[in-house]
Amino acid sequence: MKSLFKIASILLLAFLISCGGNDAKKEDNKIKIGSKPETTQKKEPEKTETTKSVTDMDNKGIGPISSVNLGDAVDTKLASRGEEVFGNLCTACHKMGKKFVGPDLSGVTERRSPEWIMNMIMNPEEMIKKDPIAKKLLVENNMAVMANQNVSKEDTRAILEYFRQHDSQ
Amino acid sequence: MKTIQKLLLSLSAGLLLVGCGNNSNQSNGNSGAMASSNAEKVYVAPGEHDEYYAFMSGGYSGNVTVYGLPSGRMFKEIPVFSQFPTNGYGYSEETKAMLNTSFGFVPWGDAHHPDISQTNGELDGRWIFINENNTPRIARISLETFETDEIIEIPNSAGNHASSFVTENTEYIVAGTRFAVPNPQKDMPIDEMKGEFKGPLSFISIDQDTGHMNLEFQLNMPGFNYDLAHPGRDKSHGWFFFTSYNTEEAHSMQEVNASQNDKDFIAAVNWKKLEEYVKNGGGKKVAGTYAHNIYDESTQTATTEMKEGVISVDPRNVEGAVYYMPVPKSPHGCDVDPSGEYIIGNGKLSTQLSVYSFTKIQEAIKNKDFDGDAYGIPILKFESVLEGVVDSGGLGPLHTEFDGKGYGYTTFFISSEVVKWKVGTWEVVDRKPSFYSVGHLMIPGGNSRNPFGKYMISLNKITKDRYLPTGPELEHSAQLYDISGDKMELLSDFPTHGEPHYAAGIPAEMLKSKSKKYYELEENNHKYAAKSEDATRVERNGSEVHVYATTVRSHFAPDNIEGIKVGDKVYFHITNLEQDFDVPHGFSIIGANTSEILIMPGQTKTITWEPKREGVWPFYCTDFCSALHQEMQGYVRVSAKNSNTKLRWSLDDEWRE
Repeated sequence: MKSLFKIASILLLAFLISCGGNDAKKEDNKIKIGSKPETTQKKEPEKTETTKSVTDMDNKGIGPISSVNLGDAVDTKLASRGEEVFGNLCTACHKMGKKFVGPDLSGVTERRSPEWIMNMIMNPEEMIKKDPIAKKLLVENNMAVMANQNVSKEDTRAILEYFRQHDSQ
Repeated sequence: MKTIQKLLLSLSAGLLLVGCGNNSNQSNGNSGAMASSNAEKVYVAPGEHDEYYAFMSGGYSGNVTVYGLPSGRMFKEIPVFSQFPTNGYGYSEETKAMLNTSFGFVPWGDAHHPDISQTNGELDGRWIFINENNTPRIARISLETFETDEIIEIPNSAGNHASSFVTENTEYIVAGTRFAVPNPQKDMPIDEMKGEFKGPLSFISIDQDTGHMNLEFQLNMPGFNYDLAHPGRDKSHGWFFFTSYNTEEAHSMQEVNASQNDKDFIAAVNWKKLEEYVKNGGGKKVAGTYAHNIYDESTQTATTEMKEGVISVDPRNVEGAVYYMPVPKSPHGCDVDPSGEYIIGNGKLSTQLSVYSFTKIQEAIKNKDFDGDAYGIPILKFESVLEGVVDSGGLGPLHTEFDGKGYGYTTFFISSEVVKWKVGTWEVVDRKPSFYSVGHLMIPGGNSRNPFGKYMISLNKITKDRYLPTGPELEHSAQLYDISGDKMELLSDFPTHGEPHYAAGIPAEMLKSKSKKYYELEENNHKYAAKSEDATRVERNGSEVHVYATTVRSHFAPDNIEGIKVGDKVYFHITNLEQDFDVPHGFSIIGANTSEILIMPGQTKTITWEPKREGVWPFYCTDFCSALHQEMQGYVRVSAKNSNTKLRWSLDDEWRE
């Protein structure tokens, strides 16, 4: 599945490059403010290379978490606490399966190390200043800063478990 | 070659001169090593913190301002008795009740004397109390949230000036009556005042866990004007002392007519005796309607309870509880030294301070050493209770505080100076002018058993030329003195907001670590909170519409609302979902006849809006919250009263209804 996605994005990239010289395409790229949208249907954003397609499981991020012991199976009790906390403190900006203010978090446990995820939740100010991936994410997300919601270590761990549960389903 | 040499020479000479010029300028700027060291004493480097908090009453602003010492920087204005559109206090649905009184909603007050709670006679930093003079009230402010948590009205009183001073374990705070009035109030000729008017002194107990105030009893004193007060401490704990003026009981042209007697009175009140008397069923319940407003931090909402009746105590009925002591001429401050032995009467229209001895007072009471009585209240013989006199030659002594190192500091309004004198010998050791016409002064802890005698501020009534002129109306001015040495040293001037009648200071270390940073969302029990975006919604109930909305950097949920109609009353209940320090969001909407609201992280606040015209109207965040703050806005579609526009709302075009 993952490799399919990679191939697709490479193909798309190739397509975009090949279209570079096309005059008609250039016309489309002109700024057209003021014209009524023809349909109310939303345009899918163009697929470009984003950090979402970058997998870096070695990066542990910067912050209080240096290692996390994950169980083999998902701790469902912990995950449901995580879902509750996520619902209260995070969903104003993050949805599962949809980019909102912040990135879509589905599949995040396959892209980022557990330490990175926890550090991003617990230490966002430093992460968006110093961590290479977090820095890129800030730019990609319209400079909307990741808010520090002062989530306790226990609750952050629970959120991680909720992500794992989500990604395993 | 020569010309080049010359050129070089003159160039370098020129440089040298310029360089020297700069040097000499610099040393001129520093002229007076004193000036530079004074600058260093008040300089708090960027990012560093002040040593003390100073809480200043705002006088006619009705509020309290928070300053840092020694820098004189203002940190916050805490709304107390006045509506404050800056954050919505007194406008928001949650805080409107704080300003309820038996006279209805009163949007303004005159804040006078802040006093910090004490334990064993020392500052404990739990709460700060402040009185309102105009419509008699006392407020309690939390020193964790720096918000007003409670206001109690004082019935049967007028001009609540001798207030809100705290006994040494915060058992009671008092409220005096500066404008004697009929008690109970009645329709009667003004010029029949004498003997008919009363000056009740109220005793309000404090619940040690919650801080809640309860009006325990009123001492129904003769109708003099009770001006200021202080509790006894240490050995005199259990007593309270109140100055009074207008013992003439003049009802007009008091400027002249209330200054006829050579001496007025300090009332010495044994409140422990009164407390016991009341506990044993003494006193009688009299009429008196008053509002008691409490802000609940859990529901984040204030409620008003209208109460009826108060225990009134006739001072003549409690043996050994109330005495008068003569004091020269229209006294103002009534201050007690840290040991509790000396009570200082500041005779405003006299030149001297009268120092009374608590030991001598007790002896005089025991020996019935009286000099007649006033309305049946025994008057202690002046000579028998007087310990000494501070004769400084200054004019108009107003108020005294102590440094804990054996000295008193007294302000003199008319001669515009602060005088330092030695406790025990009463000799004057130093005096410094104030600019101009000083009222009260404040030493952090200076009215407790344990003053922090490093700084003193004078609160000056006249500003005149001290700052750049700003038209006829000027802010008042405070001056900071270093009192750590033998001589006082004036360090700096800084303007203050409103009219600080008094102030209370406390070491920063006692408060800063417990200052609240944000409210926990999980502990938010506001009736109209939406604690996540899932919970946001709009509900119609007749012409009342309730919007349950949230904020987070940087959007409202919902941010589009349709189906509001002209004539509706819309309640915007905004919950700030942030959980971090210093991330408030604001909310305002075009044409609102209320104010904006500032919602602290984790908090819910409500403001109402009554749309007058059809159209699509914007609302937005008023407090710069992020790089996308300018984008933090939304629209409300307002349709005609009889329209069929469906009530629906959305965020990111996901419409719900």
